[in-house]
Amino acid sequence: MTTAASSSSPVLPDASGHFGQYGGVFVPETLIFALDQLEAEYRRAQADPAFGKEFDTYLREFVGRPSRLYFAKRLTEKLGGAKIYLKREDLNHTGAHKINNTIGQGLLTLRMGKKRVIAETGAGQHGVATATAAALFGLKCDVYMGAEDIRRQSLNVFRMRLMGANVIEVNSGSKTLKDATNEAMRDWMGSVGHTHYIIGSVVGPHPFPMIVRDFQAMIGREAREQCLEIEGRLPDYVIACVGGGSNAAGMFAGFTDDKPVKLIGVEAGGRGTELGQHAASLGAGKPGVLHGSLSYVLQDDDGQTADVHSISAGLDYPGVGPEHAYWKDTGRVEYASITDSEALEAFQLLARLEGILPALESAHAIAQTAKLAPKLGKDKVIVVNLSGRGDKDCQEVARLIG
Amino acid sequence: MNPTRAARRTIRQTFDELKERRQIGLVPFIPAGYPDLATTAAVLPALESAGASVIEVGFPFSDPIADGPTIQESFTAALEKKLKITDIFATIAGARPGISLPLVAMVSYSIVYRFGVAKFVAEARSAGFDGLIVPDLPPPEAQRICDTIRTGELDTILMVAPTTASHRRAEIARLSSGFVYYLSVSGITGERDQLPPDLAENVRELKGLTDRPVCVGFGISQPRHVAELTGIADGAIVGSAVVKRMKTHCNDGPAAIARVLGDYTRELLNRADRPDTSSRK
Repeated sequence: MTTAASSSSPVLPDASGHFGQYGGVFVPETLIFALDQLEAEYRRAQADPAFGKEFDTYLREFVGRPSRLYFAKRLTEKLGGAKIYLKREDLNHTGAHKINNTIGQGLLTLRMGKKRVIAETGAGQHGVATATAAALFGLKCDVYMGAEDIRRQSLNVFRMRLMGANVIEVNSGSKTLKDATNEAMRDWMGSVGHTHYIIGSVVGPHPFPMIVRDFQAMIGREAREQCLEIEGRLPDYVIACVGGGSNAAGMFAGFTDDKPVKLIGVEAGGRGTELGQHAASLGAGKPGVLHGSLSYVLQDDDGQTADVHSISAGLDYPGVGPEHAYWKDTGRVEYASITDSEALEAFQLLARLEGILPALESAHAIAQTAKLAPKLGKDKVIVVNLSGRGDKDCQEVARLIG
Repeated sequence: MNPTRAARRTIRQTFDELKERRQIGLVPFIPAGYPDLATTAAVLPALESAGASVIEVGFPFSDPIADGPTIQESFTAALEKKLKITDIFATIAGARPGISLPLVAMVSYSIVYRFGVAKFVAEARSAGFDGLIVPDLPPPEAQRICDTIRTGELDTILMVAPTTASHRRAEIARLSSGFVYYLSVSGITGERDQLPPDLAENVRELKGLTDRPVCVGFGISQPRHVAELTGIADGAIVGSAVVKRMKTHCNDGPAAIARVLGDYTRELLNRADRPDTSSRK
């Protein structure tokens, strides 16, 4: 891609799809064909200047990139420490960073000559972004969504249907994101010939963690350039929330080579530290295999996937992308967690002080910032990824704060 | 060890004998601990005396992405009763003296990895398993782990799908010390009315690449399916259709389920062996 020649162009994963010991390909043999086909097409697309140009054009004209790096003046004053900048991914078309990846993978689908896409979705943001790309590119689209999430996110279900997507209710297991992912993989097992599976995060078997990171990497590249332009220097801290970890991977990818820049990923601490009460795979999990790759996962001692909880449907996932596992082990990124109630407070804080409703996912990153900023001097700079807008969460927040 | 028990047969011996008799092996799949472990223990000898050649014992997993609704539901039900891996091993160890056919464990790599590969292999071997199928562990990831499995004296069984490129087929066959598991269709487990028209050709091609036995699974549920495969494949694996019968009788107790599965095994085999004895020799 034209934009790939950044100073931080990551060298991982290796040829077999590993980030250190993490990543890899742990899926039924039936899917190997499609993964090989996808990787080959992606390599060809990367080497094709026309692909990079087309991707950039859609990002600019359709998504509205580059997103702004906005100085949150009143939040900074209120917290009384470091200067806080918000990377406004919430201002993208469809309201979150998810669209970057679905445009990229939609274009790959066209290159592979496939006519149908499938996706999993939790909060519905990735489902909406996939339905959007499918409408834009004239592809048939089926989105798998847990019955519990369909109930919690009825507006996003309606948005997907308006754009012509078929939303398929998943009633197996816990009826949430993990089960929707299982069901999408089962569909793909029988449809690999004509269907592309647009995974929504940096999870799954290789090459997905690499492709999704690369299709989100403009977040970090832009933020780095914008910070240099505004502040004349790099930020001291970069903060992003982590569920599967795509917005954080895209943001961090821009800074991993800038050693003095501290990177903080924020997981969902839920309502307690006991297994089942949170979704902090990196903070409380162990290495294990889920959905096709080796990473930190929340499992019992028998390898059965644990129940997870988060106020935010997008972070409510028992695994995390393998590159995050690698970053954790190497110490390049520090991972913290924020509770449901801290995220709710941050949601309201940003609304009152800046006139911005953050997604509950992004509110976790804001909450971490609110803890950190007062401890830092006024000469320090924090860049926070505001990965999505909170309109989708208003009903849930209203229910919770009355 | 019980001196009165029948001599235990290896996977290799089993398929050699079948080949000599020009018969197809029937490989039923049962989910361990479904509807309870007493049923697992009761079903194993019943399947053997009904003519099964190998039994595949599935380890229930919370997220089985290769399985259709029938097997998924049985896994969910078994796990809801807090089934643990060590309980499965204990049940198999208890039932082992009563059976002589090979037992193959079908288990997700998520489980094996967390339990510890070497530890899982050692405990599976000592419980009485003969082989291991890890359906979400294809090459190249499988290579190193296949060594560990064989070092632990379990046979490796890997899968070939209709979508598997030809250069991979030979490698998968090479890594399989027990038999090669050929998937009749691209898709998930579950009954299908018809076997794909090109199945026989695909199996013959695969057998041309390897001297290992080839067993066919996914979608097989009827005597005529098994008959169709006779003379072509070395074994027919029947999963969802078995599990469906277990579900229908899940409240009838272990003895009743064992009887039902024994009858079904005989039903599948009687017709399957007919072409052997009449037309093929």
